Amino acid sequence: MATEEMEQLVTREYKEGFVTDIESDTLPPGLNEDTIAFISNKKGEPEWMLEWRLDAYRQWLKMKEPSWAHLDYPPIDYQAISYFSAPKRPEDMLQSMDEVDPKLLETYEKLGIPLHERAALAGVAVDAVFDSVSVTTTFKETLLEAGVIFCSISEAIHDYPELIKQYLGTVVPKNDNYFAALNSAVFTDGSFVFVPKGVKCPMELSTYFRINEANTGQFERTLIICEDQAEVSYLEGCTAPMRDENQLHAAVVELVALDDAYIKYSTVQNWYPGDENGVGGIYNFVTKRGDCRGDRSRISWTQVETGSAITWKYPSCMLRGKDSVGEFYSVAVTNGRQQADTGTKMVHIGEGSRSYIVAKGISAGRSDQSYRGLVKIGPRAKGARNFTQCDSLLIGDTCGAHTFPYQEINNSTATIEHEATTSKIGEDQLFYCQSRGISEEDAVSMIVNGFCKDVFQELPMEFAVEAEALLGVTLEGAVG
Amino acid sequence: MLEVKDLHVTVEGNEILKGLTLTIKKGEVHAIMGPNGAGKSTLSAVIAGKDGYEVTQGSITFEGKDVLEMEIEERAQAGLLLGFQYPVEIPGVKNIYLLKSALNAQRVARGEEEMSAPEFLKLVREKLDYMKMDPSFLQRAVNEGFSGGEKKRNEILQMLVLQPKLAMLDEIDSGLDIDAMKVVADGVNSLRAEERAILIVTHYQRLLDYITPDKVHVLVDGRIVKTGDAELAKELEANGYEGIEEGSAA
Repeated sequence: MATEEMEQLVTREYKEGFVTDIESDTLPPGLNEDTIAFISNKKGEPEWMLEWRLDAYRQWLKMKEPSWAHLDYPPIDYQAISYFSAPKRPEDMLQSMDEVDPKLLETYEKLGIPLHERAALAGVAVDAVFDSVSVTTTFKETLLEAGVIFCSISEAIHDYPELIKQYLGTVVPKNDNYFAALNSAVFTDGSFVFVPKGVKCPMELSTYFRINEANTGQFERTLIICEDQAEVSYLEGCTAPMRDENQLHAAVVELVALDDAYIKYSTVQNWYPGDENGVGGIYNFVTKRGDCRGDRSRISWTQVETGSAITWKYPSCMLRGKDSVGEFYSVAVTNGRQQADTGTKMVHIGEGSRSYIVAKGISAGRSDQSYRGLVKIGPRAKGARNFTQCDSLLIGDTCGAHTFPYQEINNSTATIEHEATTSKIGEDQLFYCQSRGISEEDAVSMIVNGFCKDVFQELPMEFAVEAEALLGVTLEGAVG
Repeated sequence: MLEVKDLHVTVEGNEILKGLTLTIKKGEVHAIMGPNGAGKSTLSAVIAGKDGYEVTQGSITFEGKDVLEMEIEERAQAGLLLGFQYPVEIPGVKNIYLLKSALNAQRVARGEEEMSAPEFLKLVREKLDYMKMDPSFLQRAVNEGFSGGEKKRNEILQMLVLQPKLAMLDEIDSGLDIDAMKVVADGVNSLRAEERAILIVTHYQRLLDYITPDKVHVLVDGRIVKTGDAELAKELEANGYEGIEEGSAA
C-alpha cells in the first residue's frame, strides 16, 4: 500500500454525537463569586462547602493556565462558558426511576447504558451524570446492604458531610493546578464511593458522563475511598454531542486507598473529538490522582482515550504506604486533528513501593500525541521499583508521537526500568495479513488491537469488548 | 491455471523482470531456481500483490482473471497464497486468531459460511500434528520470538489450513536444518493434489531432493532461460548457474 493512500483520512462517524432535546435550567455564561454561590445554592449545599469553593476560586484567580504541555489551542475564554446546566425536574431529589424524565432514559438507552435496574448491565451499578447533575444511581440500595456507599457527590455532601470533610481535596488540593482549582470552585456533580473496612464491593461501579447542552462546561468531581482491606472496581465512560464550538471538561478525581485496599479505576473516554478539520470537540483537562496511603495498598489506573479534541491528563499515584503499588495502563488513540498530552506520575514515598507503567499511543491522521511520565523516588523509598514501557504506533506519516519521560531518583536502592519503542504500522504486517485474505480494515484493527493487548486485558471484562470496538471506530478510514 | 506473459517489472526504476513467461497447470509442481538477484522473489511478490513493484508490461492471469486488477486480499481469496521467506512478527495477535480470521475471510468471500469454532479447532489441531508443532503455537503471537524453522513451519501450517489453489513458497528452505526441512517438505508434499498447483522458489537444489518438481525453470537476469524436469535441478547443482548462462548465450 502506498503512503499517500495511508494518508487518506478520516471518514469516521461519531455515533454518540446526537443532542437530547430537553428543557434545561442553564446559567448564563460567566464566572464570578455569584456564579459559585448560585451553584452551591442550587445544590442546597451547607455553608462550609460554599466557603471551600470560594477559597478555591480566589486561589484560581491568582493562578496561570499551564503552557508546558505539547498542545496548541486558542486561549479559553472562561467568561464565555456556562457553569451550570441541568434538566428541569422537581426541586427535591428523585425518589425513584419513574420520576426520571423519559427523554433522559432514552438518551442513556441510546448510548447503551440502560438505567432501569431490570435492564441494566448485569453486575454493574451506574451513576448517570447529565451536564451538571447526576440523573440517577442504580443499585444504590443493593450496595448499601453490603455497606458500600455509591451516590452522586452532591448527595454525599448532604448525607455524609463528615466523610467529605475528611477526604475531599486531600489528594488533589484546591490549588494543585489551574484546572483543579477551577474545578474545586465550580464542580457540579460526579460520583462518590465509600467502601468500608474489609468489604469487597460486590459489583462493578460505573459513572457515565454526558455533556448535552451547548456552551456549557462539565466540571465533575469524583471521590473514591477504600478503607483497610476494601476493594472496588470503578469505570467511567463519557460522550458528548457533535458541536462546532469547543467545550471544556475539567474534572478532578481523587482516590484514597488505606492499608491493603485495592482500587481499580478504568476509563473509556470517548468525548466528541471534533471533525476532521479540527472544528469543535471537547477540551479535556483532567486531574486524576490516587493516594496509596496505607501499607500494601494498590491503585490501578486503566485508560482508553479515544475522544476529545485536546486531552491533558496524567492519572497519578502517590505511593506513601510501605510496599504500596501503583499501576498505569493506557491506550491513547488520536486521529484527525486531535491532540493528546497524557501520561502518569508515580511518586514513590514509602519503602518498597512499586509502580508499573504501560502506555500505548496510536497516532493517525494529522493528530499529535505525547506521552509525559514522571517517576519520582523519594529518599525514604528504600528498594522502590518502577517499570515503564512506552510504545508508540504511527499510522501514515502526517501524525506525530513524542515521549517526555522524567525521572527524579533520590535513593540509590531504587530500580528503574524504561523501555520505549516507536514504530510505524508495518506495511509488511498489513501485507502479510492481506495476503492471507484479510481485508485491509480488518488487518489494521487486528494489528492495532494486538499492539494494545497488554492494556485491554486490564479492563473489566464487560468493557474490554467495548474498548476494542471503540478503537475500530476511531481508526476507521485511518488507512485508505 | 496461472499464466504469466512477457512480464516486465521495475523496482525503484530498476527493471528486475525483463519479459518473464510462465504457465502453470493444475496439479503441477514448478520450481524456479536462479542465482541471487535474478528476480525470483520479485515474481512471487508481484503475483501476491506486494507494494513497490511496478508492472510496466505483460500480464498475469489466474483461472482467466486478471490478477493485476485484484486487491491483495482478493488474490488470496481467489486461492493464491504466498509463503514468505521472512514472515513478519505481529505482536499481541495470536496465531490462532490470524488463522481463523484468514480462513473465515476467505470462506465469506467465496460465499461460504464461517467455520464454527469447534470445527476450526479440530482442523487446526490435525494440521498442527502433521507439522509436528506444539499446540502452544496457536496461543503465541504471530511469528513473535519464533525461530527461523518455526516461522517456516508456521507458513506451511497456514497453507494446510487455508488450502490454496496455487501455493507459492518463497525460499521456504532457507535457514532450515535437515530435520526441519523434512517436515516442511512433508507438509508441501501433502498439499500436492490434482486441483492444486505449487510454485517453489529456491536458490538451492537440496529442497528438491524432498519435493520432486514436475518442472524446473532457471531464472537468470529477469528471464527464464531454461526449462526442464527434475533432472535439470541436479544438473544445476553439479554445474552451477554459470554453465546455464553460458549455454543460453551460446
